[in-house]
Amino acid sequence: MLKVTSIQKGIVIDHITCGKGLKIFQKLNLDKIDAPSVLLMKVPSEKLGKKDIIKIQDHLDIDFTILGLIDPNITINIIENDKIVEKKDLKIPKQVTGMFKCKNPRCITTVDDYVEPEFTLVPNGKIQYRCSYCEELTEYRL
Amino acid sequence: MSLIGRHLIDPNDLTLEETQQIIDLGLKIYKNPADYADVCKGKILGTLFYEPSTRTRLSFESAMLRLGGTILGFSDANTSAVKKGESIADTIRVLDDYADILVMRHPREGAPKLASQYSTVSLINGGDGGHQHPTQTLTDLITIQNYKGKLENLKVAFCGDLLFGRTVHSLLKSLSRYPNMSFILISPPELKIPYHLKDEILHNHNVEIIETNSLETYMPEIDILYMTRIQKERFFNEEEYVKLKDSFILSRDKLENAKKDMLVLHPLPRVNEISYDVDLDPRGKYFEQAKLGVYVRMALISLLLGVIEPC
Repeated sequence: MLKVTSIQKGIVIDHITCGKGLKIFQKLNLDKIDAPSVLLMKVPSEKLGKKDIIKIQDHLDIDFTILGLIDPNITINIIENDKIVEKKDLKIPKQVTGMFKCKNPRCITTVDDYVEPEFTLVPNGKIQYRCSYCEELTEYRL
Repeated sequence: MSLIGRHLIDPNDLTLEETQQIIDLGLKIYKNPADYADVCKGKILGTLFYEPSTRTRLSFESAMLRLGGTILGFSDANTSAVKKGESIADTIRVLDDYADILVMRHPREGAPKLASQYSTVSLINGGDGGHQHPTQTLTDLITIQNYKGKLENLKVAFCGDLLFGRTVHSLLKSLSRYPNMSFILISPPELKIPYHLKDEILHNHNVEIIETNSLETYMPEIDILYMTRIQKERFFNEEEYVKLKDSFILSRDKLENAKKDMLVLHPLPRVNEISYDVDLDPRGKYFEQAKLGVYVRMALISLLLGVIEPC
């Protein structure tokens, strides 16, 4: 079996839905950072059957909001001296700005691009956000 | 809350009480326009029309001139600095120094809201793309109030282009707040109201919504029939427009089963969705509606500028 050693200090992004790991890795620009990181794919999981995991050997200032948007099942473990010192559960953010664009081609924000629309989560169980300018719903897709 | 200096971007920027204040003042001006002929003397209305408009622009201009004020602006984006690539933010930062109140029409949805964030004077949305048209809503509401005497307990049918029809979106949004309202939405499947709007209305208000593609089925139950034009300019595809343009045509014989006191309204311009024989039917009130639009805009301008006390 493939073995990847634990990290002494850093961040473990765990319980990533199998198949989303690579896109999250790219979205967080981990290929561009100057710190060791590893992406594990299709790791056996009791909870998910299979999962992806990302380990970063550094305490990066990561915006966890976007991870909640991508996959709210993710857990974040902060590691110090080989131990988990903090565990963060992610939630789907109620308000987001600057993470995606409005999908409505007639929205003013598609042309006057100095404007960042604020998106508000619509309580319809579909992870759709209402644009503060045109009110169209946009579903975030990774 | 005072209306002075406020923006009007969405019909629901106004509470029901504020909406009523504007309607009541509009009807008062309608009855005695001479009493208001000088209230805006020395004030300037800036008209920023980035998209062609006849009725809304001229209605606003007529309203300001009848109040004794003056107007300046442009009616075609090609003749303004926009053509040179100026942003909305920069245009507004300059023009709000030139006028005391602004009205903006723009083909992009949300443009007036963006403009309002940079404007130091009241800015009125004169229609943004297929999104909202709050002063048409005030026009529709004053007409209903004038001829029905109420804005509640009504069954209102909207017919035609409910997808891109900003007048429909605004009126539906505003009327949803009144008690005991029900709506019949008549459109071809391709032009049903946007999902986000239906979702918002059903989530926030206790209203009944029926969607159908038949103009005749519910005719005997309707109190207000709001007809709309299939708007060629909103289609990216000419073929699709041609397929849908004659979807619903209201002729006088179709009104036989309608209530005697039903109102037929239309934001105008019409193409062929209301036959000319309906003009002879007393239920057709669309030209009176356009006339009342001037008076309700006079009331709105006066209250936003604070030159008249609310009724």
